[in-house]
Amino acid sequence: MIKQTFKRAFKNSLPIMAGYLALGIGFGVLLQSKGYSFWWAILMSITIYAGAGQYAAVDLLSGGATLLTTAFMTLIINARHFFYGFSLLDRYNKIGKIKPYLIFGLTDETYSIVCSVQLEEDIDKKKYYFFITLLDHIYWIAGCTIGALAGTFIPFDSTGIDFAMTALFIVIFVEQWLDHKQHLPAILGIVTTVVCLLIFGSEYFLIPAMALIAIELVIFRKKLEEPIDNNSEVNGTEVNKVG
Amino acid sequence: MVDNVHSLLIVIVMSIVTAALRFAPFILFPEGRKRPKVVTYLGTVLPYALMGMLVVYCFKSVNVTSAPFGLPELLATVFVIVIHVWKRNTLISVFGGVILYMLLVQLVFV
Repeated sequence: MIKQTFKRAFKNSLPIMAGYLALGIGFGVLLQSKGYSFWWAILMSITIYAGAGQYAAVDLLSGGATLLTTAFMTLIINARHFFYGFSLLDRYNKIGKIKPYLIFGLTDETYSIVCSVQLEEDIDKKKYYFFITLLDHIYWIAGCTIGALAGTFIPFDSTGIDFAMTALFIVIFVEQWLDHKQHLPAILGIVTTVVCLLIFGSEYFLIPAMALIAIELVIFRKKLEEPIDNNSEVNGTEVNKVG
Repeated sequence: MVDNVHSLLIVIVMSIVTAALRFAPFILFPEGRKRPKVVTYLGTVLPYALMGMLVVYCFKSVNVTSAPFGLPELLATVFVIVIHVWKRNTLISVFGGVILYMLLVQLVFV
């Protein structure tokens, strides 16, 4: 069963492997170009473990930003991570000693896999979540380290390979769309974010977008509660059937 | 020159803030404690809205006002959607989309 679980986790993590290696290498190259040795790339990929955040960190580091600026920038860039836990409160309930690590490793990509997956009976959920989280973390550390060590010698043009992340999110979005009759939350997510991007610009749109999405979802609660509850968590136990 | 101490402090601050954001919901609503129904409700609907948000987030730097007007992104996105609705195979959709996108940005829209 553990072999089965690992195989499933590995297969589902393959798109992330491609994306993380590409994005990680990009980060490593950028970081070492500012005079930081590969040890910094390893350290940051282990302890920060956030793609966009680490890219911003390169500027903060090389510009010698104050710690207050650093904290504020991190808050803005990674605020979306605050929302992910809400949909995993039940899923990660009573999961044991690995729980802090699962939460620590809750990147966009890990979240998208964990929250979307419909698991078969022969899969051990706890181990599955753990493997996904660990594999993703390893891909990221590997990517960042390779980039910092040898990124400039990579023999093929990898421009555009980071589309793996975009494609993965699109696929999960499509899956969710096909599995559910109620499309309002998905539409609200897209439309609200686009509007906020146009109004606030690409640097500051995420926080207003998240706040508005939450408010809208609460406003539409009556309308939304019935249909979505049917194929989702009920009283803390997951119903693992495709809707 | 690299200021090691200050750099290390920056990395520590970023690590703590990022982790704090990820842990916050679990600390606010710990296991075994009753939580407001609206929180549970948000937990069930948020994934659908957030996945839409993440898709848009990926396109945040695409410039639609100058060449190639986001055309590679648009074509690759349509391709991923169509092939996924047709085959329902994540690996085919993702890697197919990536290969198409790489060809587009490296060879077609240079």
